[in-house]
Amino acid sequence: MMLIDLAANALASGAALGSIYALLAMGLAITFGLLHVPNVAHPAIVVAGAYAVALANGYGADPLLAALLLTVPFYVLGLGFYTFYSRAFELRGRGNSLQSLTLFFGVALVIEIGLVIAFGTDLRSVSVPYVGQSLSVGFVTLPYRFLVPALVTPAVILALWLYLTRTHGGLALRAVAHDERALSISGIDPSSVKRHAFGLATALAVLAGAALIITGPVDPFTDRSLLGRVFAVVVLAGLGSIPGTLVAAVLIGVAEAFVTTFVSPSWAPGVAFAILLGTLGLRPSGLFGASR
Amino acid sequence: MMRTGTFATIAVLLGAAGFLLPQVVANPYYFYAGYVVLQYIVIATGWNILGGYAGYINFGTSAFFGAGVYTSAYLMQAFEAPLVVQIVAAALVGVALGVATGYLTLRIQGVYFSIATLALVVVLETVVHNTEALGGASGLTTIGPPPPAWFKGQTQYVFCVMLVLALLAVVIARWIETSWLGRGFRAIRASEPAAESCGVPTLRMKLIACAISGGIIAAAGAPYPSYAYHVEPVSAFGLLIALNALAMPLIGGTRSWMGPVIGAVLLGTIQQVATVTISSEYNILAVGLLLIAFVVAAPEGLLGLLSAVRGGVRWSAKPARKPA
Amino acid sequence: MTAPLLSVRQVEKTFGALRALGPVELDLRPGERLGLIGPNGSGKTTLINCIAGLLVPTAGAIVYAGEDVTRRPAHKRARMGIARSFQIPRPFTGMTVLENLFVPLDYLGRGAGDARARAEGVLRSMRLDGRRDAPVESLSQLELRKLELARALVTEPRLLIADEAMAGLADSEIDEILSLLLDLNRTGVAVIMIEHIMHAVMRFSERVICLETGRIIAEGTPQSIVEDPHVQRVYFGEQQNRP
Repeated sequence: MMLIDLAANALASGAALGSIYALLAMGLAITFGLLHVPNVAHPAIVVAGAYAVALANGYGADPLLAALLLTVPFYVLGLGFYTFYSRAFELRGRGNSLQSLTLFFGVALVIEIGLVIAFGTDLRSVSVPYVGQSLSVGFVTLPYRFLVPALVTPAVILALWLYLTRTHGGLALRAVAHDERALSISGIDPSSVKRHAFGLATALAVLAGAALIITGPVDPFTDRSLLGRVFAVVVLAGLGSIPGTLVAAVLIGVAEAFVTTFVSPSWAPGVAFAILLGTLGLRPSGLFGASR
Repeated sequence: MMRTGTFATIAVLLGAAGFLLPQVVANPYYFYAGYVVLQYIVIATGWNILGGYAGYINFGTSAFFGAGVYTSAYLMQAFEAPLVVQIVAAALVGVALGVATGYLTLRIQGVYFSIATLALVVVLETVVHNTEALGGASGLTTIGPPPPAWFKGQTQYVFCVMLVLALLAVVIARWIETSWLGRGFRAIRASEPAAESCGVPTLRMKLIACAISGGIIAAAGAPYPSYAYHVEPVSAFGLLIALNALAMPLIGGTRSWMGPVIGAVLLGTIQQVATVTISSEYNILAVGLLLIAFVVAAPEGLLGLLSAVRGGVRWSAKPARKPA
Repeated sequence: MTAPLLSVRQVEKTFGALRALGPVELDLRPGERLGLIGPNGSGKTTLINCIAGLLVPTAGAIVYAGEDVTRRPAHKRARMGIARSFQIPRPFTGMTVLENLFVPLDYLGRGAGDARARAEGVLRSMRLDGRRDAPVESLSQLELRKLELARALVTEPRLLIADEAMAGLADSEIDEILSLLLDLNRTGVAVIMIEHIMHAVMRFSERVICLETGRIIAEGTPQSIVEDPHVQRVYFGEQQNRP
């Protein structure tokens, strides 16, 4: 294949990959980006979501449809998780990041090991008719297993953006992100807004889980390699910027695809980390964040 | 917490006892298991200098440990370097890794440092996987020269080496705790703006903490090739190391050098006994749940619980503010 | 006229799109007592953070003791003799009162050799010596405020910035802190006092500056500030509405 072909294909698959990363990072963009809760367990929740989708798929359900239905229990799970978190720390007035980080780290670990104990360490995947097929336009070939989940992201982002800018709940969430005290004066309970946001982020995790497992097989430790990526996306975007998340994710996806194509696939996991460190070192406010 | 004289006496006695032990105890299994417990004392103590004193959490302890393991394995393979050289080189690599990670991430917020350390494990593992000289995924076989005859075997020898490292680590931690360095670290943990205003160069101090902590943890990995005869990415960058490094100080107590030692002896011994009876998955699950329980219910660890029982407020986690 | 100890020259600070401060122009004589008032969010804390070095101004310069310190980190300014207390006391937890004072003594190296004597002397002068070995977690509000000041004073600063050092205290306690600050000033230390407690500022200051939305709206003697119609509208009006 010619160089230009390779580059075009890398660009296409990178963009699709990036779109999927955006979906993976979306929940974190809410919890960490808006609420500053460093939820390092988010990728583990995504992987748990992927397993739930795989289970449903075992009974013949379409992964995306299953994920859509699973958003409800995951939302409730998120509410419970946040309630536990805030009871443990925020309400007692000692929500220092040292302890909450440790808690989330512990939770991620328990999820991983829980999955190992329940399902073993084998890779799991879903079977859908379109996996294995590809779309070819000119000399660019893109497998549907990338294309389909990649198309979910813009829809989710649009929905989320409309929610945040057009609805009462979304405005309250952004207000909490901006200034918690002002909101409590105006009579809205910030902790209920945050609980709701956490539920939302957890519901997004199951959608991301479906996208993840359509893209490729998943094992209980997949979250490890995702963690650097999703934090790189959120930090590069600038904390709290939802549209920025997509741009940052696509940049990272394309960078990884180019490294995969022109260097070696085995180096790809390092790309996001390099971008994360580079961003922190050079422009910590990210591409779209306000300087602090 | 303990007079320097008492402390020094106990340290010397423990060291001497360790070196006499191979003459008394015949079964090498005890040294094999004891090595792991001692290794965790070094790791937990190293972790606590940054995590406990200065309040910056390193989730990627296994990256530092693994860097130490591979540094010494490589030196052993390529140059047949003696163990002492391996340990010093590993410590230097750990220092460099700590300073580099710290420099890039510590200027902003502690959270980013923690996230970067999490990702660091993945990156170092990727690098090792892709490096021919380090054996890639299949690893390196590392057989060094025979140990000095006094020790009656390789396992006994590395046990004694690790004992020396553990004593050294604890001595360093205790010195830091009672010196100007420790006061600076604790001031940073309490409030960085206030520390800065009192003249503490916070960024430089955090880098110093990263360097010492990274060096000690990497040194803990250095004898591993001599202990296991074989290194591979999975064991060098193991999950349990990152988890224990965090759990042991938190369970013991992070404010004093004794906390990590208590946590490592307790948790390390339980794990050594437990691996015989239960699978490693349940082992990790148990430590994970214990970690969550402590961080939620007893964030000052066993030492904190102890002093609370005694009625002291010294290590209490209560916010210092009282209603105005 | 003597050279100013501190010059704030056209200093501005913006956070993203929000202009929190400036441009502000301000000179302080050695040994002067300056009061800084203004409604919440008027930029008082931003201004002193720029002076102390915890924030870097977006524009303008800060000159202290003849040197441009605009981009110098806070710990270096502390070394040059700028000390401050925080609005919400920030004790070094996990240490005793005495150990708290050792931190600046360790890092600023004043009175080397007799650090302990010096720390104990400051504690005595603040009548905190009874609590010398108490963990800071056990201190009362007044004691925390005093510790905050003691930690600033132990380094023998030339400029002390007291950020609401009397908030939340009873009247007798306010008098106690005020007399401490006056004693200190008599030794030649310049003091910038940020305070909402009006009678304290008015009694203490030689000169008062009122900030509003990041700008100086009035400057003068305590008496002239109280009578200034603009200040009365933006600040004292708000004061009366405070709960």
